[in-house]
Amino acid sequence: MSKGFDTVQAGRLARGGAPASPRNVQHRGGEPNPTAAALQSRFSGAVKRVDVIWGETTVYVDTARVLEIVQWLHDDQSQLYDYLSDVTAVEYRDTEQPLEVVWHLRSLPYRRFLRLKTQLQKGKPLAVPSVWSVYRGADWLERECFDMFGIRFEGHPDLRRILMWEQYKEGYPLRKDFPLRGRFSRAEQLRQALAAHPEARYSMEELSIAQAFEDLPPDMRQRLGAGEKTGE
Amino acid sequence: MGLSPRPERNVVTYDPQTQEGWVTTRLDFLVNWARANSLWPMPFGTACCAIEMMATAASRFDLARFGMERMSFSPRQADMLICAGRVPFKLAPVLRQIWQQMPQPKWAIAMGACASSGNMFDNYAVVQGIDTIIPVDIYVPGCPPRPEGLMYGIMMLQEKVRNETMRNRSSRFEMTPDPASKLYIPPSKIDELSEPFGNSVQQTRSGL
Repeated sequence: MSKGFDTVQAGRLARGGAPASPRNVQHRGGEPNPTAAALQSRFSGAVKRVDVIWGETTVYVDTARVLEIVQWLHDDQSQLYDYLSDVTAVEYRDTEQPLEVVWHLRSLPYRRFLRLKTQLQKGKPLAVPSVWSVYRGADWLERECFDMFGIRFEGHPDLRRILMWEQYKEGYPLRKDFPLRGRFSRAEQLRQALAAHPEARYSMEELSIAQAFEDLPPDMRQRLGAGEKTGE
Repeated sequence: MGLSPRPERNVVTYDPQTQEGWVTTRLDFLVNWARANSLWPMPFGTACCAIEMMATAASRFDLARFGMERMSFSPRQADMLICAGRVPFKLAPVLRQIWQQMPQPKWAIAMGACASSGNMFDNYAVVQGIDTIIPVDIYVPGCPPRPEGLMYGIMMLQEKVRNETMRNRSSRFEMTPDPASKLYIPPSKIDELSEPFGNSVQQTRSGL
């Protein structure tokens, strides 16, 4: 299962020596990351806009082709974006503005940073392709984004809530239409929270008994197979 | 009148044949004395208050001087629960289970503003005071309280323990709400009554 790790030398393929200091970076209109031009030439229809703000390049891309683009950025020898540092989303107070899903990609060999964004129109189902097949580290990042914003990541193997408990019914807390104190009354929130069994939060995978499923007694196999959590 | 010779105070004569070693005292006094001077804390530290709680137990402030020599990391051997820090709703059933696992007699201290009232975290995720989950004896104010504050709270609790009496066992009863009782107020009614005071879902700060 494990293939071992490749050693990565940071900045091995970078040109220009040490990274630029924050002092000589202009606010807008700096020199874009060379990856932006490469993306524009290769995915000309999918790249919508390129912004350079404080020396950081943001590329707006088509939602449907995110996975294809990320896969290329990861694999191509001229890019080698080997580190996904964050997946998150932005909702603006202006209700006309679309939601944005943001990927922060970093190329250690070339010492480059790229911010990839895609826009999701409100009123349509919020869904983007999952990049879990490229970066395994996207697993919890995408779960958190789903938990807080309700954005579905198509292709994620285990898209469940991660910060709020799984039975949480009030919605997605970081959305602008979510009231700060939640939707239910304090009494109801407390009642629902206390109704949870504190030890009944673990699935078979989390307890790492999924491999031993065939060896379990038949009644337990039936209960766990029906999705029951342990401890209940 | 001359000076009579002083009795020899330094010499204690003890004859086991004639003198049995016994004292008389009130049982309440003796039991409370023992309990108050050996309160074993169950630390339930979730945030920055726990840092101050650790400082309280460390050498500079030395909580052991008052009988809390041993932090009891098993609730089954603890006398006193110190809830230090904010408690999210996801942790609420855990806190209540730990409280239920502690044997009687037991006491609880809400350390800091978050555990006492929720502090500024008046939001969807944080319990607004742990007294909505478990009964609390002492509230220690502060954000976070200094170690002296926590020690003062513990000494107040010791005073409370010393003044308990065995005749009145009402504080040791664990009651579950009885909807048939005339004193019972349903949660929906509580919410309706508390709405003008800001503890309601109808009011949000963002205005959305």
